[in-house]
Amino acid sequence: MISAGELKKSLVVSLWFAFLTFPIMVVRVDPVESTVLWRWHNMVYVIVGSFFLSIIFRYLLHRRDIQTSRKESGQSNPDQTLIHRWLSNTRSRTIIFVSLLAVALAFPHMPYLSSTYQVNIMTTALMYVVLGLGLNIVVGLAGLLDLGYVAFYAVGAYTYALLNYHFGLGFWVVLPIGGILAALFGIILGFPVLRLRGDYLAIVTLGFGEIIRLVLENWGDFSQGPSGISNISRPGFFGIDLTLDQAIIYIYYLMVLFVVVTIFFVNRLQDSRLGRAWIALREDEIACQAMGIDKMKTKLAAFSLGAFWAGIIGVVFAAKTTFINPASFTFLESAIILSIVVLGGMGSIIGVIFGALVLILLPEYLRALAEYRMLAFGAVLVLMMVFRPQGLIGSIRRVYTYTPTKKGTTS
Amino acid sequence: MNGRILEVVGLTMDFGGIRALNNVDLDVKQGEIVALIGPNGAGKTTFFNCITGLYRPTKGDIFLYRQGSSRASLKGMKPNRVTEVGLARTFQNIRLFPQMTVLENVMIGRHCRTSSTIFGALVRNTSTRMEEDSIIESSHRMLVKIGLTQYENEIAKNLPYGAQRRLEIARALATEPELLLLDEPAAGMNPQETSELVNLIQSIAAEGQSILLIEHDMKLVMNLSERIFVMDYGKKIAEGTPEQIRNNPTVIKAYLGEEVDA
Ligand SMILES: Nc1ncnc2c1ncn2[C@@H]1O[C@H](COP(=O)(O)OP(=O)(O)OP(=O)(O)O)[C@@H](O)[C@H]1O
Ligand SMILES: [Mg+2]
Repeated sequence: MISAGELKKSLVVSLWFAFLTFPIMVVRVDPVESTVLWRWHNMVYVIVGSFFLSIIFRYLLHRRDIQTSRKESGQSNPDQTLIHRWLSNTRSRTIIFVSLLAVALAFPHMPYLSSTYQVNIMTTALMYVVLGLGLNIVVGLAGLLDLGYVAFYAVGAYTYALLNYHFGLGFWVVLPIGGILAALFGIILGFPVLRLRGDYLAIVTLGFGEIIRLVLENWGDFSQGPSGISNISRPGFFGIDLTLDQAIIYIYYLMVLFVVVTIFFVNRLQDSRLGRAWIALREDEIACQAMGIDKMKTKLAAFSLGAFWAGIIGVVFAAKTTFINPASFTFLESAIILSIVVLGGMGSIIGVIFGALVLILLPEYLRALAEYRMLAFGAVLVLMMVFRPQGLIGSIRRVYTYTPTKKGTTS
Repeated sequence: MNGRILEVVGLTMDFGGIRALNNVDLDVKQGEIVALIGPNGAGKTTFFNCITGLYRPTKGDIFLYRQGSSRASLKGMKPNRVTEVGLARTFQNIRLFPQMTVLENVMIGRHCRTSSTIFGALVRNTSTRMEEDSIIESSHRMLVKIGLTQYENEIAKNLPYGAQRRLEIARALATEPELLLLDEPAAGMNPQETSELVNLIQSIAAEGQSILLIEHDMKLVMNLSERIFVMDYGKKIAEGTPEQIRNNPTVIKAYLGEEVDA
């Protein structure tokens, strides 16, 4: 199964690793006593560890290749995994959604498990579910690689922060305004940008995302610059004053509601005339136009609808943290949301939900690993993309079937 | 009945220094099958790309005469508008939506004949639901007509080659075109698939569909078409009935040679 050649390759890899990590793992300079400590035993660990990891990696690659070749020779239907068969069935899908919802609703009241801290993390994860679902319209369905998605999130957050600060407007009033303003921004940015394709689009949207952040950072009169805006009101609850703990749980339930609403709408969009046009656009832009689909209109619809959800969550974010500054809207944020979509499965609603939960919760619970946290996180991502490029749960779409009507003749 | 449906006047297309089309005139009459032939690189596909709005011609004009309405100039229209007005095409190298099912591919063709909006998608009101049903039903009927029902729920990229070519035709027909443009529909097909294709094209034409097709298979061209246009190096070098083209010395010299007798 693993040939001598592969063993040799693994050996080379491990020696190379030993060389690369030599300065950090072996040499230690003690600046106080001005001595150098040589920790040779670390080098042994690195060599042995990377050797075995490399072999495991090769073995897994090998197995994957066997599997794909089996699939291509038509022995098993691609993607007919257990989860997939489950999810393609409408009834079991409903059961899954309902039980997930039940868990989500019960979460803040679970003994031992939940605390204010846990609920807060969960709220954040749910916010990323909605952000992921929004970006999924743009990237997963319409196939437009948008690296500046965070700009719309910022628009929503600043809309609420500024309207609240200057005019004292409440959460519920600003919520739709934030969403609509972000959607408008999507259209305004989309017009010049959406003529571009693929990599060019990615770079230009990245630039736009950064421009918005830099404007917020430097236009002090408007946005109060890097120091940000504080004392933003939390969402109102029928005029009752909530304690901090109550407010946290309240926002959590709001997010559960938003997630449900978003899933409902995104699902409907996906199975509509517009949704099909998005997928056609992703599949082949030229054929899509030749079928009479207006490319620009369809792309703008995807861009602005995606932006709408980002705007909504921006408002929630400002209300949840009660303080925002431009540092919350860096490129890293766009990258995380994009990773959620790609890792979860492009174009797959349930995939994006799991992607968001994994990507947001994993780093939190990996805190035990201290400074190796991000390293482990990166490794998980790399492995995922190598072994499951279609994402955790690949796209499951409605299969349109023709059922003859009473009057129509069967063929 | 026998009025013109397409009229192309002095079409010229330059790519930098290359003149890919040079002052080409062409017309198609209502209900006719017309062929456009010529050696490789003659500019046939470029001609299609120009009249469907994919390329913007350097000079010349394109008119479509629709039943019961005045002529429309297609020059400068975006490709999707051209399709809406009534020209639908297939591609020389197949361009299906590979991850969509066969039925969905045809449903995309119905896009420009339907009108539900984002609002309809979200609310799913009665008219939207009825429109969706009618899209599915008419797409299904199209598959029956083209003979692809056995693949209805297959992913398009898994279809055999000949079926993919037929699916492209089905998808184009779903847009209800005044004129159907086929770019080498028989390319890469085996003799059996080709003869099925000939039957298919004849049955479509029998319903009154006007067709303009590019093809290298001379037997197919001579069998099917009522008139033939011949291009070489971007110029139209001949036009006429199959009989006239077969015996035209310029055509024989430029291109057909031994092939025409085959
Ligand atoms: N986008 C383009 N840019 C530059 N040159 C082009 C472009 N498209 C076509 N051409 C050139 O125009 C000429 C005609 O090409 P075209 O594809 O129209 O030929 P064709 O008659 O369809 O040939 P074939 O029978 O091989 O399909 C060729 O010389 C080609 O290189
Ligand atoms: Mg060609």
